[in-house]
Amino acid sequence: MPIPYIQRTRERYAAYPAYRWVVNTEAPWTPLAKPIAATRLALLSSGGFYLPDQPPFTDGDVSYRRIPTSTRLADLRIYHHGYRDDDPDRDPNCIFPLDRLRELAAAGVIGALVDPAFSFVMTYAAQRDINERGPQLAAALRELGADAALLVPV
Amino acid sequence: MSSAWDVTVSVRPPRAVFVNFPLNHETGKADDPVLQRRILLDAFRAFETLWAPGQVLTLPYVWDAKDRSWEDTDFGPGFEPYGVGTPMQAGFGERALKRADSTGASS
Repeated sequence: MPIPYIQRTRERYAAYPAYRWVVNTEAPWTPLAKPIAATRLALLSSGGFYLPDQPPFTDGDVSYRRIPTSTRLADLRIYHHGYRDDDPDRDPNCIFPLDRLRELAAAGVIGALVDPAFSFVMTYAAQRDINERGPQLAAALRELGADAALLVPV
Repeated sequence: MSSAWDVTVSVRPPRAVFVNFPLNHETGKADDPVLQRRILLDAFRAFETLWAPGQVLTLPYVWDAKDRSWEDTDFGPGFEPYGVGTPMQAGFGERALKRADSTGASS
């Protein structure tokens, strides 16, 4: 059965002002006009991955990192708070399935894996997420010719 | 991908794929490439089966068929969200991958 995370979060942080969870009654929709085997798929993860030569994330950070799809996962670093990362630490494919998607692209299951993949960290600055990072990522994906995106939140 | 059904339904993304695993395993268990591949293949099915905005595809995978106690404790009282091993700094902290191995932590 699903876990009542919203309820447990309310209880866990009962001493703090209540977090206002977004409640969307509608969702946008774009049909995928081609089969998955012809689809250019992008990977985005909020797991806070970055490369050693990239700046780490900071508190309230709405930036993102471009992770070349040729990256060895062992070379990645994690900079994040608020998630239990011992398993993603050992095997980032738990939340950043770069190895698996490379294999599936090579096998022709997907048309292509969009290069680079993207990673970022959660932020409480929801408006900046919506008004800054979201549009930036959407523009980057359009520029890269992505047909669809696999979003992996943590 | 989602392992938080209530959060995802509230956010209502165009398409979602629900895997009832502890958070941070949305695309599979660590070191289980067969399962990871299976979950991705199933997730791709969402593009074919979900036909209206906001629908959720639920995958049948079970974290531990013999022990469902994690469902009672995940993010509940006493749950330590920062993992095991070297504690993170207050707020954000930096970790090199492979840290878990060096601290003797296990999944």
